[in-house]
Amino acid sequence: MVMSSLKLQDLIEEIRGAKTQAQEREVIQKECAHIRASFRDGDPLLRHRQLAKLLYVHMLGYPAHFGQMECLKLIASPRFIDKRVGYLGAMLLLDERQDAHLLITNSIKNDLNQGIQAVQGLALCTLSTMGSAEMCRDLATEVEKLLLERSPYVRKKAVLTAVHMIRKVPELSDTFLPVCAKLLHERHHGVLLGTITLITELCERSPAALKRFRKVVPQLVQILRTLVTTGYSTEHSISGVSDPFLQVQILRLLRILGRNHEESSESMNDLLAQVATNTDTSRNAGSAVLFETVLTIVDIRSAAGLRVLAVNILGRFLLNSDKNIRYVALTSLLRLVQSDHSAVQRHRPTVVECLWEPDASLSRRALELSLALVNSSNVRAMTQELQGFLESCPLDLRADCASGILLAAERFAPTKRWHIDTILRVLTMAGSHVRDDAVANLTQLIGGAQELHAYSVRRLYSALAQDISQQPLVQVAAWCIGEYGDLLLEGSCEETEPLQVEEEEVLALLERVLQSHMSLPATRGYALTALMKLSTRLRGDNNRIRQVVSIYGSCLDVELQQRAVEYNTLFRKYDHMRAAILEKMPLVDRGGPQADEEVKESKEATHLLEPAPVPTEPQASKLLDLLDLLDGPSEDPQPPPPVDPSPEGTLIHLLDLPCAPLAPAPIPNLRVFEREGLQLNLSFVRPPGTPTLLLITATATNASEGDVTHFICQAAVPKSFQLQLQAPSGDTVPAQGGLPVTQVLRILNPNKAPLRLKLRLTYNHYGRSVQEIFEVNNLPVEAWQ
Amino acid sequence: MMRFMLLFSRQGKLRLQKWYLATSDKERKKMVRELMQVVLARKPKMCSFLEWRDLKVVYKRYASLYFCCAIEGQDNELITLELIHRYVELLDKYFGSSVLKAIEQADLLQEEDESPRSVLEEMGLA
Repeated sequence: MVMSSLKLQDLIEEIRGAKTQAQEREVIQKECAHIRASFRDGDPLLRHRQLAKLLYVHMLGYPAHFGQMECLKLIASPRFIDKRVGYLGAMLLLDERQDAHLLITNSIKNDLNQGIQAVQGLALCTLSTMGSAEMCRDLATEVEKLLLERSPYVRKKAVLTAVHMIRKVPELSDTFLPVCAKLLHERHHGVLLGTITLITELCERSPAALKRFRKVVPQLVQILRTLVTTGYSTEHSISGVSDPFLQVQILRLLRILGRNHEESSESMNDLLAQVATNTDTSRNAGSAVLFETVLTIVDIRSAAGLRVLAVNILGRFLLNSDKNIRYVALTSLLRLVQSDHSAVQRHRPTVVECLWEPDASLSRRALELSLALVNSSNVRAMTQELQGFLESCPLDLRADCASGILLAAERFAPTKRWHIDTILRVLTMAGSHVRDDAVANLTQLIGGAQELHAYSVRRLYSALAQDISQQPLVQVAAWCIGEYGDLLLEGSCEETEPLQVEEEEVLALLERVLQSHMSLPATRGYALTALMKLSTRLRGDNNRIRQVVSIYGSCLDVELQQRAVEYNTLFRKYDHMRAAILEKMPLVDRGGPQADEEVKESKEATHLLEPAPVPTEPQASKLLDLLDLLDGPSEDPQPPPPVDPSPEGTLIHLLDLPCAPLAPAPIPNLRVFEREGLQLNLSFVRPPGTPTLLLITATATNASEGDVTHFICQAAVPKSFQLQLQAPSGDTVPAQGGLPVTQVLRILNPNKAPLRLKLRLTYNHYGRSVQEIFEVNNLPVEAWQ
Repeated sequence: MMRFMLLFSRQGKLRLQKWYLATSDKERKKMVRELMQVVLARKPKMCSFLEWRDLKVVYKRYASLYFCCAIEGQDNELITLELIHRYVELLDKYFGSSVLKAIEQADLLQEEDESPRSVLEEMGLA
């Protein structure tokens, strides 16, 4: 059954009349079926109507691939009405991905040579829209011929086709090069614009073309000058600017020609200055031209004065009320900030103003530019501004802002104290947004600034007391309090207000951090370690600390549990080594996260039993390093006896600790002194793996009724030995079995000579000051063998 | 060089698309969907330029229609804005001021009956 063939208008009306999507689909499906039937055996004269309907349906988004062959047939038809729809169909339905597209090459070739403008125009249009590389190669010569046609309509389309061909097949540049020079004399703006674009494409793709077209720079300059200086022309004026599209295109070509070429750049200088000053920028068209001029000035080898002019124009753009113009100004200034730093610096206040833009893309650009403008002279002011911005900026910019401030502070910090202050402020304001290495950097920084330890620990303590939610801040504060807790409690520091801090408060704060649900596992680790360190820094007893540590021995988090168990063991079995292990950390090398990890690891007690040597140069070296009171005859060095291999082995995992015994063959303790209830005991440890090292822990206990105060113990050894006296745990031994004072002596015995030890004690007891000097007899042989 | 140009309504219906580089249909659909989302999310006072993938996008709103052009890194955004305006002027001049109204009309027609469903359909397609 043959249905009456709908006209396109009717179809459109019918589709519009459909009330629902389903109805529309139905109408279209019915029509498509009809179109398909008609393509097969319908009237060829009405084919164009069918295809037109199909194209409309295609525009609505429905599949229309079965019309491809029809396009070919219609294009081949001699009637214009057929060709018109056929070519349109080809442009919409065929592209280089379909196999059928090559079939129209021949038709296009015939049409190009035909001589009828309209047809030639159609063919050129189609070729420039969907021409594939093969088609372009085949038809290049035809197109080249048309470039010199009489009719500007055809010339214009030919030039556009040539541009497309060059983009697809750069090797065709030889074909089109010769014509270009002639085309530059065009008066028709359409053709001229096409020509300039063609030359631009040629120059971008072929260095030979670039060299050749440098010769036409004067001509281009002339064309542009005419455009800029002629008065109003109804045909070409947009918002008072004469053909801004052509101007922009010429400027772009000049940019490419002048890049890295002194001579060309020089010949453009005057023109560029002229354009920059004469263009009316009250409307967007003028601003567009001016913007392109600035881009050109910046890219070529322009005179210095011209560059400054360009930057100033951008500065002016920044003050423009139009947001778009501010945006392009910020983007361009960002590009310039490296090469013309001082010129851009002049506009710094305006840039900083732009930080407060409500538009996110603008404020982001302003932030990038502001960070790039920070230098050593303006760092204080800029950081102030940026910190103000950080407080109120949108969330997605916060991370960038914080990192930027920290980076700038690192590069340009005028003083260490200012640096620490800045980092502290950033951490307080936006702690959760900083990068991971900020914590490491800050601890490194504080560790290195010895004179600021007291100051830092106070500031951090106050900050922590106010807010324990910002994780990086909490981590740094916990570390600091652990390391420099003794300075915190001292009470006086000129640089901050006097802060009276009780030991109990510090412990309570750290416990709060440990228990808070806001604390990350890493933070808890920091807090626990800090608590442990405080056990040697604080004067009071360590019961509270011991309690906390033992609670966490059964924590669910494996890391915390491990730490807690190790610290517990430190209290119980290795108490004499506790002071040594927990002393102040040496300055870490900035080796990155790996180095920090290793140093942190070394604070764990696993270190205890491993062969690695105890860290050298502890800060205890500034303490009593002794005078050699002994000058006995030096012994002949005996051949070192073989070290007994210990049955227990050297690596004992602390998690197994309850059943693992101590280091090999424990050396018996020795009581060396006793007077009126005060006793001094020595215990010896020879760490396996370092046969020359002997650790003696001297423990002073007081069973009498009166306290022993100002207790100092000094020691001397023969010259061949090396002695290091670590800090004592205190200088008061309370009466009636109060907490004993312990002190560790490190003795290195490289010659394995028999040990001789002289001790000198001074203290106050029962109101009298006592001094005792004596040599230790009966030292066990194992102490040096 | 301009990569593509889109016209879409505020409801997220694509009205016109012109591509200057051959890309697969699937890729095109994906890009259109993504870009429409980004542009429609912009507030009225924001500037007309944004960065998307490795291209710059220049958009302008005329009544309820968004005209969107994607250009490459070295192109001039301000002149593209001017170009969009010129295009609208030409449409106006050539087809009479009815063209934009007609496009809007189509929106309104659909809006009355099926905007919830068309939105759902969009999401279903997504």
